[in-house]
Amino acid sequence: MAGRIPLVLLACGSFNPITHQHMRLFELARDHMHQTGLYRVVAGIVSPVGDDYGKQGLVASKHRLAMARLALQSSDWVSVDDWESQQEDWTETVVTMRYHYDRIASQYQSGKNPPTASDVPRLKLLCGADFMDTFKVPGLWRDDHVEEVVGRFGLVCVSRGSLQPDRAIHESDLLSRHQRSIFLVREWVHNEISATEVRRALRRGQSVKYLLPDLVIEYIKEHNLYTQDSEMKNKDVKLRPLIKQTIQD
Amino acid sequence: MTLQEKTKVVLLACGSFNPITNMHLRMFELARDHLEDTGRYRVVKGIISPVGDSYKKKGLIEARHRLEMARLATQNSDWITVDDWESQQPEWVETAKVVRHHHAELISSENNNDDVDTVRCGKRRKLEKNKNICQSSSYNKTGADSPNLNLLCGADVLESFSVPNLWKPEDIEEIVGRYGVACITRCGSDPEKFINQSDVLYKHRKNIHVIREWVTNEISATHVRRALRRRQSVRYLLPDPVVSYIDERSLYSAESEQKNADVILAPLQRYTSTN
Repeated sequence: MAGRIPLVLLACGSFNPITHQHMRLFELARDHMHQTGLYRVVAGIVSPVGDDYGKQGLVASKHRLAMARLALQSSDWVSVDDWESQQEDWTETVVTMRYHYDRIASQYQSGKNPPTASDVPRLKLLCGADFMDTFKVPGLWRDDHVEEVVGRFGLVCVSRGSLQPDRAIHESDLLSRHQRSIFLVREWVHNEISATEVRRALRRGQSVKYLLPDLVIEYIKEHNLYTQDSEMKNKDVKLRPLIKQTIQD
Repeated sequence: MTLQEKTKVVLLACGSFNPITNMHLRMFELARDHLEDTGRYRVVKGIISPVGDSYKKKGLIEARHRLEMARLATQNSDWITVDDWESQQPEWVETAKVVRHHHAELISSENNNDDVDTVRCGKRRKLEKNKNICQSSSYNKTGADSPNLNLLCGADVLESFSVPNLWKPEDIEEIVGRYGVACITRCGSDPEKFINQSDVLYKHRKNIHVIREWVTNEISATHVRRALRRRQSVRYLLPDPVVSYIDERSLYSAESEQKNADVILAPLQRYTSTN
């Protein structure tokens, strides 16, 4: 893979809990980016969101981090990062991306002699197709942030089922302008299992075996993590980005 | 209901398992949850029975590999096992025969357990057991309280009953009438409608458990083989030990997919020639 641009894939999200589907995103994205002939994927990062995000049913980040670590301990290229979840307040995706980009760049600069711009890995946001639709939600994203996430960094968006990310791009002037930085990956396996479904099954005492790694299932059982009570957490709380961004305007 | 009064169930899945995927394993979990949720059943065992090489399905790799992958996939399961009887037979075996074989095995192992009990505990226990037998719903010819053996399958298998020359009508009758079916629905299939439209299935509808899969989770082995041919990752679609096994041996290729390409499927060959 000589001459290819090194690439790091960053996935931000709740990971509440992490499932095989999340880990598939990385596998699919890596295969796709390699097949373009342009990139060489050097690392994957799972960055669970902080507790201040205020999403309903979000369990403590220390658990979500522990589960993600258990899930990825057998991966030789994807790791878990806790910077985002350790910040004082909920952190915008673009801020997390800037942090990781700077961290990766400085690692490369200290290693190489002399460093060349082309050696520094690019950083792209890895996400599912439902993520593309969040750009439309009023007050959830700042325009200049979307511009930076998509334009400066870039997106690798994995879709499955009926969601059509190309439609989301078409319906947004901003996204359309940056089409070249948005890589759409199709998951052909018809699989709609999500963390929401996993939590639902757990509440009902149903099996989730083979949907997530055994180690994560054991962790959940040991800590009795997902119950009716846990799902009610933040029920009447407004999502942090909606509050934070209104204040700043 | 006490534990004693629940009907014991064993789930038997026949298929190519070429290769086994997380979806196959999920079927067992879903079926067990569903049956136990009714409060009437206790699922005591799951059996994976890979088909023999003489089935002659296109792309079917050797049974020894498919068996080993299934074993690797179930090594962390405390109730699902792999059985090689079907794949060790010299000719392709009809599903009804496989079910019959496993039912006989279950009865004989139950009888063995009973013999031990009788020897240990004497006459009084035997009398009590006979009383229970008369009240139990799983009484059968041998008089033993043996588990119900249910064929575990997807709705597509149920619907394949209508494919000409694929199944013998008496076999279908036996499977649904004498034993039972636990059928997992799939997106786009409507097993209840299909059951309704078939007289034999309708007659034995009480023995057909339709298990609705609310959230689609279809990991087809065909898709997995296609991804492997294209050197794409199948990690997290199958258990890690199975992924490694395939990788180490480069099991699935364009070549392996062409195996049996010009050969007629064994059941079609057998039934068409007897017409």
